Amino acid sequence: MKNLIFVCLTCVLLNACASKNISTYQQLGGQDKVAEIVDNFITEIEFDPVMFEFFKESDINRFREKLIEHLCLLTGGPCQYTGDTMEQVHGGMNITEANFNHSVDLFINAMIKADVPHPIQNKVLATMIHTRDEMIYR
Amino acid sequence: MPVNWCRSLVFIVSLVSTLTLAGEGKLIGTAGLNQIEGSGGGGIVPWATLAGYDSQEQISVNGFTTQVDIDDYRLNVLGLSASFYDRVEVSVAQHRFDLKTLGGDIKQNVYGLKYRLYGDVVYSTWPQVSVGIQHKELDDGSIATAVGAENSNSGTDFYLAATKVHLGAIAGFNAVWSITARATKANQLGLLGFGGANNDSYQIMTEASAGVLFSRHLAVGAEYRQKPDNLGLGEEDWFDVFVSYIPNKNLSFTLAWAELGSIAGAKGQQGLYLSLNGQLW
Repeated sequence: MKNLIFVCLTCVLLNACASKNISTYQQLGGQDKVAEIVDNFITEIEFDPVMFEFFKESDINRFREKLIEHLCLLTGGPCQYTGDTMEQVHGGMNITEANFNHSVDLFINAMIKADVPHPIQNKVLATMIHTRDEMIYR
Repeated sequence: MPVNWCRSLVFIVSLVSTLTLAGEGKLIGTAGLNQIEGSGGGGIVPWATLAGYDSQEQISVNGFTTQVDIDDYRLNVLGLSASFYDRVEVSVAQHRFDLKTLGGDIKQNVYGLKYRLYGDVVYSTWPQVSVGIQHKELDDGSIATAVGAENSNSGTDFYLAATKVHLGAIAGFNAVWSITARATKANQLGLLGFGGANNDSYQIMTEASAGVLFSRHLAVGAEYRQKPDNLGLGEEDWFDVFVSYIPNKNLSFTLAWAELGSIAGAKGQQGLYLSLNGQLW
């Protein structure tokens, strides 16, 4: 039983090494997929009463454009982020940990609906999580 | 009576889980389970995570039932835990340890308290760290006394745990690891009392879990729990491999193969571990 686990782990690790030189952005499928995820995310927000409260005064077109840039940049794509800092954008909104974590669930839904494979979903999330501290309780 | 208890709990868990909208602030699969002593954790090891999906604004309440059916014994566990604001967890668990070959059983209650010191298992750079205690009270200490325990009434374990989820770490799959240091005098969880002729002082034991989440609903992993041999009956370290199915944030099922070594002189005890976890609120 113990040996079996080690064999499995080794396989998984070897697999991990094989694909490490390609950026998450490329694995995701580039700009079209990034835009599709962001569009799906906006739809998720529109249909979520709690999240929609945070966005009802927002310029959705600007949000879409800047989030696409940001996601592209975070996943290692060839983009420049021209928006405001995360602190500036989220300051005064009093986003709680529960709100943030809920938005992560919605973002995962957006990726699922864009047919992003589970392992790539996780890699995308991993590139984004450091922004959490810049967003909550501000 | 305990069987009926168990059935009603299963019924309540499944009923309530379909009716209520519980605290759901964490990523699915990252809240873990209630381990056999009732604390949030894996199967046999307490983790730094609190049972339940509460975030800093939420409260969650969990119920669970676990059965570990090994060659000569069967451990039945029923428990409840409540987590407050992802900071404090209180838990209570009842153990009934059936002596399948000898007849009779041993009962004890475990009261747990855990405090999160630092971090978020998913989002902080460093692992989440918590401290906890598990206070164990034996119902009837006659068997503990018979096997030579120094204390056949009650004992308290203290632990420090660190747990981390790494997103997309292994071929894109999320990985979780946890390590725990436990100061204990308990013999076989306390079922055989506390301390003995071999040793009657606190010893630090190492416990660890590691797992991979192959989807948002399926976790596979292994656990290890070092054990003291206070009684001189050859108590051995525990080991298990587990599969957890997590259909939603209110429910999880865990199946494990447990190798529990020698228990009260009966060697090579191994068998199936089954657990049902439900978030009630």
